[in-house]
Amino acid sequence: MAEQRHTISLLVDNQPGVLSRIAGMFSGRGFNIESLCVAATVDPLVSRITLVTSGDALIIEQINKQLNKLVNVIKVQDLTGTSFVERETALIRVTARPAHKAEILRLVDIFKCKVVDVNTTTYIIEATGTGEKLDALLKLLKPMGIKEIARTGPSALARNKK
Amino acid sequence: MKLTGAQILMEVLKEEKVDAIFGIIGGAVIDIFDELAKTDIRHINVKHEQAAVHAADGYARAKKTVGVCLVTSGPGATNTVTGIASAYMDSIPLVILTGQVPTGLIGNDAFQEVDIVGITRPCTKHNYLVKSIGDLARVVKEAFYIARSGRPGPVLVDLPKDIIQARASYQPLPSPSLKSYKPTYRPNKKQLVKALKLIQEAKKPLIFAGGGVVLSDASAELAKLAKMLNAPVTASLMGLGAFPGTDKLWLGMPGMHGTYRANMSIGACDLLIGVGVRFDDRVTGKIDTFAPHAKIIHIDIDPTSIRKNIMVTVPIVADCKAALAELNRLIDAEGITVDLESNKRWLSQIEEWKNTVPLAYQQKDIIKPQYVIETLYELTEGKAIISTEVGQNQMWAAQYYHFNRPNAFLTSGGLGCMGFGFPAAIGAQVARAQELVIDIAGDGSIQMNIQELATAVQYKLPVKIIILNNQYLGMVRQWQELFYEKRYAATDIQDGPDFIKLAEAYGGVGLRATRPEEVVPVLKEGLSEPTLAIMEFLVDREECVYPMVPAGAPITEMLLV
Repeated sequence: MAEQRHTISLLVDNQPGVLSRIAGMFSGRGFNIESLCVAATVDPLVSRITLVTSGDALIIEQINKQLNKLVNVIKVQDLTGTSFVERETALIRVTARPAHKAEILRLVDIFKCKVVDVNTTTYIIEATGTGEKLDALLKLLKPMGIKEIARTGPSALARNKK
Repeated sequence: MKLTGAQILMEVLKEEKVDAIFGIIGGAVIDIFDELAKTDIRHINVKHEQAAVHAADGYARAKKTVGVCLVTSGPGATNTVTGIASAYMDSIPLVILTGQVPTGLIGNDAFQEVDIVGITRPCTKHNYLVKSIGDLARVVKEAFYIARSGRPGPVLVDLPKDIIQARASYQPLPSPSLKSYKPTYRPNKKQLVKALKLIQEAKKPLIFAGGGVVLSDASAELAKLAKMLNAPVTASLMGLGAFPGTDKLWLGMPGMHGTYRANMSIGACDLLIGVGVRFDDRVTGKIDTFAPHAKIIHIDIDPTSIRKNIMVTVPIVADCKAALAELNRLIDAEGITVDLESNKRWLSQIEEWKNTVPLAYQQKDIIKPQYVIETLYELTEGKAIISTEVGQNQMWAAQYYHFNRPNAFLTSGGLGCMGFGFPAAIGAQVARAQELVIDIAGDGSIQMNIQELATAVQYKLPVKIIILNNQYLGMVRQWQELFYEKRYAATDIQDGPDFIKLAEAYGGVGLRATRPEEVVPVLKEGLSEPTLAIMEFLVDREECVYPMVPAGAPITEMLLV
């Protein structure tokens, strides 16, 4: 069966140890976590986790069931195959040589990013978008010299709120 | 009036109708034991914390309730891990209470501190660290609720010493309700209708029962289904006793050491009704050749059990008892009957398999272990509660002791934990004081919790231990004989202890049979002892368990002798 990438959105109790239960279930059962993004929701007792994983259809089914089985997991929503919005943020420290500055700022403009820190030799660029968009930006920035990068991993919400 | 944490804990234990606790005291739990001694709850002071958990496990199974352990922090807690893992694999409801260092010291590598919640996360159904006395009663109540509901399992509650000593007012709490935990008990009607259609079309149906039938108390419903369809029944190790072992529809256990007819029936059936089973690898053998001609109905309360190992035609997530009762009602209401002609052919085919390769052994000059179990079965008329260790002793017990009722066969099925049987027998004897409780052991496995002889004698628990002594770790030796060219690395355990003297040293009775004609007298004498008795049988050293399906082979390809 073909491997598929799935974005799963979880509502969980906002308590110590919950992330460990989820991560432990994945590692203990040999499932893969590609990225993980966690923060509290409007209800401070509840956190939302956006998790990207991959596997064949049976593995994905098991992952969904095993997540549901965890007592601290309130809701499991497999977004892949539904209509949803997915965004990721990256902070990119890029070398800003005088000859490149204009090109970097042009890319920032095209990709609708922001320069959030400037010093004599580097910029920090804040970029938000889908993973593909960030990959494309990074590819274009690479020749200028990327010194450091911090990506959040995707965060996602379903579109059609019923 | 304000109560201490220890007193609040006792109040909740009383509300949960706990009447026995298995455990060992230690620095972090002195306050709890201090309060426990003031209650009517019986404390069984075992000698090792692993045994505390196995004993609570045996107690839980024999009494159909939640078993409770109480141990101290650090090593007391870590010693429980094997017992917890065994209970988790076998879905046995337990609450394990562990002491912990005071909250202010947690994380400081304090004396006897260990992160037991972290350690047991993958082998508990759920676990808690209580961080505030205000949470204590709720957490303990939730622990019992989670342990016993849905697919049961062990729940651990870690209790820091300062929480146990703090004071708070206490009001009994209502039954817990957790928004993130709602087991499905009722079967889906549409799925039942689909199942009904498969049943109607089947010419060669086979029922495969598992531990879920025992746990959900669904034996009567299972028997009714089998009778209505006149369908043969097989059951996993955990399901033994769920269907009468003497019934004419009974095939014996399937799988690696299953009967020839059970495995051949799985290979030939056109409908397999799996009830409360999880299609473990020891049952299925090579997955893609398992039940190759069958449509499969799979009833289980745990959605993760379904489509985990095998593909099924109709999954039904529900309590086994509820699902079977509803299925039976529908079969009745729809007037579904079996096709007599095909049913007759199917059963006569099975009868033929039974006669081709029956379970058999030849008793000659040396005691055969199978003969001991078969004789034990006859002398006890199948009425004993049997626990086992793990290995050959366990398989011979499963093959030659015919279980006619549920909750009378206690074994570590999933984890396969040597050292389980004896403490589990102690727990079962505490639960059912009037019944005969027998641990069937090997000379290797009995030594894994043999210190509990002291516990059995101390509490006057007349547990009986059958040691099938072949001076080998026999099951592994069997693998070495068959698959490692008889290189018996690390399995020869000759020069073991004198079990008779050992029994006597602890204050019990020890009897030994060295020749076949001594088997009956030793069993008769040992079983009639009013105290703990070890009956040791010097058996054929290199006897193997047959049939045997080599690991990873199709279950219809058995080594027969």
